[in-house]
Amino acid sequence: MSTDTAHLTYNYKVVRQFAIMTVVWGIIGMSFGVLIASQLYWPAMDLNLPWTHFGRLRPVHTNLVIFAFGGSALFATSYYVVQRTCQARLFSDKLAAFTFWGWQAVAVSIIISFPLGYTTTKEYAELEWPIDILVAVVWIAYTLVFFGTIRKRATKHIYVANWFYGAFIIAILILYVINNLELPVYWMKSYSIYAGVTDAMVQWWWGHNAVGFLLTAGFLGMMYYFVPKQAERPVYSYRLSIVHFWALIATYVWAGAHHLEYSALPDWAQSAGMIMSLILLAPSWGGMINGMMTLSGAWHKLRTDPILRFLVVSLSFYGMSTFEGPMMAIKTVNALSHDTDWTIGHVHSGALGWVAMISIGAMYHLIPRLFGLREMFSTRLINVHFWLATIGTVLYITAMWVNGITQGLMWRAVNNDGTLTYSFVEAMQASKPGYLVRFIGGCIFLSGMLLMAFNVWMTVRQRKATALDNVPQTA
Amino acid sequence: MDTHTLEGINTLMVMAVFIGICWWAYSASRRKDNDEAAHLPFDDEDIDRRTLHKTENKK
Repeated sequence: MSTDTAHLTYNYKVVRQFAIMTVVWGIIGMSFGVLIASQLYWPAMDLNLPWTHFGRLRPVHTNLVIFAFGGSALFATSYYVVQRTCQARLFSDKLAAFTFWGWQAVAVSIIISFPLGYTTTKEYAELEWPIDILVAVVWIAYTLVFFGTIRKRATKHIYVANWFYGAFIIAILILYVINNLELPVYWMKSYSIYAGVTDAMVQWWWGHNAVGFLLTAGFLGMMYYFVPKQAERPVYSYRLSIVHFWALIATYVWAGAHHLEYSALPDWAQSAGMIMSLILLAPSWGGMINGMMTLSGAWHKLRTDPILRFLVVSLSFYGMSTFEGPMMAIKTVNALSHDTDWTIGHVHSGALGWVAMISIGAMYHLIPRLFGLREMFSTRLINVHFWLATIGTVLYITAMWVNGITQGLMWRAVNNDGTLTYSFVEAMQASKPGYLVRFIGGCIFLSGMLLMAFNVWMTVRQRKATALDNVPQTA
Repeated sequence: MDTHTLEGINTLMVMAVFIGICWWAYSASRRKDNDEAAHLPFDDEDIDRRTLHKTENKK
């Protein structure tokens, strides 16, 4: 095997590019989040302009954090992990470069097209048809690069992280294309080919799998490489990883209907979505347990290593939100939580607690190594970032729990004569303190990201310094 | 055969596949392969070092 790889090098350039852009898009995407959170507390923050209205900026926030931030993190880590665990260079450097520039173009078009009012109105699929085509083309190139690299591998086995990345890449390709089948009527305007409740079902088949495959399977791939690597021990149970992989991908595609409980969707389909969501608890916790138990015998490292702390706390948030999700899918619970801020709280315990924190941990591990350094510029700043991220997330989700339950109870309260006890505005007023706390939590989380940008900047600069230092010694 | 029977057969088949995957993953003959695969993240430090070395030299 070593003869095959005697002169082999990896393509780290594209990994570096995506890693840096992960931090950049994280800050931009979360800043939009903080801005629209402030609009809910201070309505004047929409500046009374159409381009800065909440309705146009919310998809900017969601699409940027999911696709630009989460997407860049997944591109960076999947290209890194697939090369290192297959002991093969990327299938094509040019195609990989194309995915980088193509994906940046998608991210930029998110910031431009939504404020101008171009939208298909389908959640997480708001991009209009010309941009959809760009996404699909980039994604096909991504699929080729990833699976081409796996085909070239010098190792016998395909490491479990690559199974998760592979499943995420294929599922997103299929679901994105099917959900975005639309009839263009003119430039930047199209209509979905589906109608009525079918459209809704296809939309949430995609919508929940943007969560299930992009934000879960992809990030589990990240977890299966970076947790063992940072803890310096192999994954707790490889066998468990195989079983929970197949269980997870077989179950996730059926859960989307829980977004349409108490809607026009046939009742049996709602129940099927609820049951599949409940089953999902098992494979989700399989992954969480496997990640956590990888640290057994190495728990003391948590005391000194803030990167490991990011990774482990992200797994606790993953465990928490994958318990909360199935619970909210139960119809009686959903009767309370549906359309309230509880849903937003749930999403963010997954998005901030799990997705962002595992990405941040992975980036702190990855970025110095990509530049030939042993560690980040400042470990103390990583620790400060860890606490900012944790406090920010906890403030955010508790505020939304309180708001969600308050709204749910107020909306369904009825008087003896059958009339509603509260008007909608009264529930809004009751939500106001929660919106302020959410805004503060978001600011705290974002300030942690700014600290990260500084740390990354100093690390990359330090690399130039050490490279210079080494010249006389090695020469 | 009505749809309910089909659904029942489908459930049993999926269950059999799941039990099959568990049995396969946990079988004793897989142990060596599983251990090898689990060690993959730690097996390529030389290639990583070579990559960084070449990048440094280009500067």
